[in-house]
Amino acid sequence: MKKKNFIRKTISFTLAAACMVFTFTGCGDKKEDGTLTFTNVSYDPTREFYAAYNELFAEHYKEETGKEIELVQSHGGSGSQARSVIEGNDADVVTLALAHDITAIEEAGLIEEGWIDEFDKNSSPYTSTIVFLVHSGNEKGINDWDDLTKEGVEIITPDPKSSGGACWNFLAAWQYAKEKFGGDETQMKDFVAQIYDNVLVMDSGARGATTTFVENGQGDVLIAWENEALLTLEEYPGEYELVTPSISILAEPSVAIVDENADKNGTQEIAKDYLEYLYTEDAQRLAGENFYRPSDETILNEFADTFDLSVNLCTIDDFGGWDQAYQDFFADDAIFDEIYSK
Amino acid sequence: MKKKSIIPGFGLSMGITVAMLSLIILIPLASVLAYSFRLSGGEFLDLMTRPNVVQSFVTSIGCALAAAVINCVFGVILAWVLVRYDFPGKRLMDGMIELPFALPTAVAGITLTKMYSDTGFLGRAFEKIGIEIAYTKIGIVIAMIFIGIPFVVRAIQPVLEKLSPSYEEAALMLGASRLTVFWKIIFPEIRPALLTGFGLALARGIGEYGSVIYISGNSEKNGTQVVSYIIMQKLNSGNVDYEGAAAIALVLLIISFLMLFLINIIQHIASRRTNA
Amino acid sequence: MKQNSQKIVQWILIGISVIFFLLMLVLPLFEVIYRALKDGLESYGRALTASNTLSALKVTLIATVIAVIVNTIFGVIASWLVTKFDFRGKNVLSTLIDIPFSISPVIAGLAYIMTFGRTGWAKPLIDGINDALGTDIALVFSVPAVVLATIFVTFPFISREIIPVLYAEGRDEEEAAAMMGASGFTIFRKITFPHIKWGLLYGIILCAARAFGEFGAVYAVSKARGKTFTLPLEIDALYMAGSADSITQAFAVSSLLVGMALVMLILKSIVEYRGKMKDKE
Repeated sequence: MKKKNFIRKTISFTLAAACMVFTFTGCGDKKEDGTLTFTNVSYDPTREFYAAYNELFAEHYKEETGKEIELVQSHGGSGSQARSVIEGNDADVVTLALAHDITAIEEAGLIEEGWIDEFDKNSSPYTSTIVFLVHSGNEKGINDWDDLTKEGVEIITPDPKSSGGACWNFLAAWQYAKEKFGGDETQMKDFVAQIYDNVLVMDSGARGATTTFVENGQGDVLIAWENEALLTLEEYPGEYELVTPSISILAEPSVAIVDENADKNGTQEIAKDYLEYLYTEDAQRLAGENFYRPSDETILNEFADTFDLSVNLCTIDDFGGWDQAYQDFFADDAIFDEIYSK
Repeated sequence: MKKKSIIPGFGLSMGITVAMLSLIILIPLASVLAYSFRLSGGEFLDLMTRPNVVQSFVTSIGCALAAAVINCVFGVILAWVLVRYDFPGKRLMDGMIELPFALPTAVAGITLTKMYSDTGFLGRAFEKIGIEIAYTKIGIVIAMIFIGIPFVVRAIQPVLEKLSPSYEEAALMLGASRLTVFWKIIFPEIRPALLTGFGLALARGIGEYGSVIYISGNSEKNGTQVVSYIIMQKLNSGNVDYEGAAAIALVLLIISFLMLFLINIIQHIASRRTNA
Repeated sequence: MKQNSQKIVQWILIGISVIFFLLMLVLPLFEVIYRALKDGLESYGRALTASNTLSALKVTLIATVIAVIVNTIFGVIASWLVTKFDFRGKNVLSTLIDIPFSISPVIAGLAYIMTFGRTGWAKPLIDGINDALGTDIALVFSVPAVVLATIFVTFPFISREIIPVLYAEGRDEEEAAAMMGASGFTIFRKITFPHIKWGLLYGIILCAARAFGEFGAVYAVSKARGKTFTLPLEIDALYMAGSADSITQAFAVSSLLVGMALVMLILKSIVEYRGKMKDKE
């Protein structure tokens, strides 16, 4: 008798649990009032910016259409985010760190050709650059790339082989070496090799590196995105200093509509609106407040106190475009492998 | 070898088992296999002999071995204490052995990193005596000890429970030293179970990602990249390398499979011996 | 003399165990709770009731319940098969069942993507089924994907608990019942089930505990925060959000998971204890 009881109890418990879960899901699913769900697949450091921008846009959307919109964000390493879209992540728009990542999605057939001209400024509504973050007081005297080669300086920078942001760090250092040694490749390699010799922890992504430096207290200097560094200054007032090197690189994060998904989801128009709205004054100012350099010159100048506008910025074109740069520097057995595994 | 059982339900249970196994485990894993076969033999060898790949296998297997051995030592002690002795807090300790199963690996990784880095209090203590743990191989081993300990304890515990203390007592009476008693009487009994636990802890350690990734520092130079990290690196890099990732995953898979296969054979032999 | 030295050995061993236990298992727990409560109870409460946390909790519960149900069905049937019958390839089969135990979760996620993803070979098949049924179910980057990945990593948990029990029990009773003409289901219900019920419950609890803690495999197939994220993913997102606040929130959400894990472990201890008592009866 007892056994039967046990079975019955187990079965009824399982059924009850299952029912509970299904009703639970029921109420969370597609809302009946026609609220649209819209997905923006982005990269790591834009979390704060898009959290703010989505509020702004939702308001704008409600004013225009009178409807609510549910904006879903996805963040991660830029390369792996692009891969997830290729593999079936249902993004309506992508806002990634590199044009290269969007090109990869284009090559997979999800984005129509010519996306880079679809929006202003090569579809880059905001830009950023690479700077140094040091502990307050800057005891190691780090002022430029030269100082990173000094013995005893511990550097935190992510792994270029797994993080797009880390590639920019490497290229900025390379550009400095190029000017310093007048293009002598052996000396340039030695110089950058010395920098990478001083790297203490190589995280898999830019955010991880920031956490290692700030939260876990590793290293003397973090080579970081300018927006990440400024955000850290704001979060931890008085603890860190920002150092802008004499030469750095202009990073142009790009945006695009994922045509195949947008067509399927019927969001083509909203997607266009969503990305165009990034160029409005309000949104540009919001980008500035979130430490991205607005692509609108006038608004950029409003933030002259925040950004060091005098830094000499090279662009990815100086390296023959992203695809070329990747092959030359970061592919297996290319320059990075050569200097780092020595 | 084959003996017809009179218990009904062979066909049905075989059907369901194989169907579910195929759908959930085998078919997806076959895709990994298919991807890795896109590499030619030469490319495969080339990839597997790359210094960073070799190094990651050495690190993963080496650290997992070290962790599994340490876990065997402490696992036997823990299991012994839990079975044979009574002391306050024993039930609590027994209950919490499985904590590493239940604690999300990411939480474990983040927490261990915090504890053992220079700003954490254990990290500070060890730094004073000149030992760095976070971002070194020691850190990896610690993370692997954490995730592997339940496998060992839980494998040995039931065996020890069944083992009657009377043999040891008799041996002790006859003047055998405690160490002799352990090696000659207890150890042979727990050996198969210990092997099972060792193998599971080892296999788990070799493939571990979440808990190791935060504490390891992932430096090729310091040899702290584990195999799972290299797989992720291949997938996250600017030029996504599915084939390379799949090939490394396949090798990892084969290692796990062989290890588990060995364990199952040992278990099978052991169960036959006890049944006989 | 002997008695004395035995006591010494006993306390040394207990001492080692307690130190190991505190250092490796208890301390990380306290670390989580300490960090979670660093900014006070109010911010702790806010972190737990954030909409992203609630959505993640929901997805986690769905995945856990379904994974437990599926794996229970599978576990019971597979253990019956492995222990009650002899057949060629039995060792290979039981090894295959155990694979998820030791496989890198990274590979599990990758395997699903390579199969069911947009570029996977099974994608046209799934599209065909969706077209035929008029549904729109995606097996990657969706809640079903999270469920599948969770089932994968917890697949062997239940069979692994039952198989040793059934091995130890042998087949005599079942064979006798079969000889007397009992049907398979009756044999299972009347004879086998009473033997395994505590092991089964134990397995279910472990399976649930592992299911809601899974990170690596789910991470690969779930990308939308507030939609398909589980609690461990939400923790990672908070941790990666980079501000001191969000890191405290990450630990707050972690403490929720730790709490769930502890409840599971307490349940497990009760089950274990009652199981042992029953065995002695």
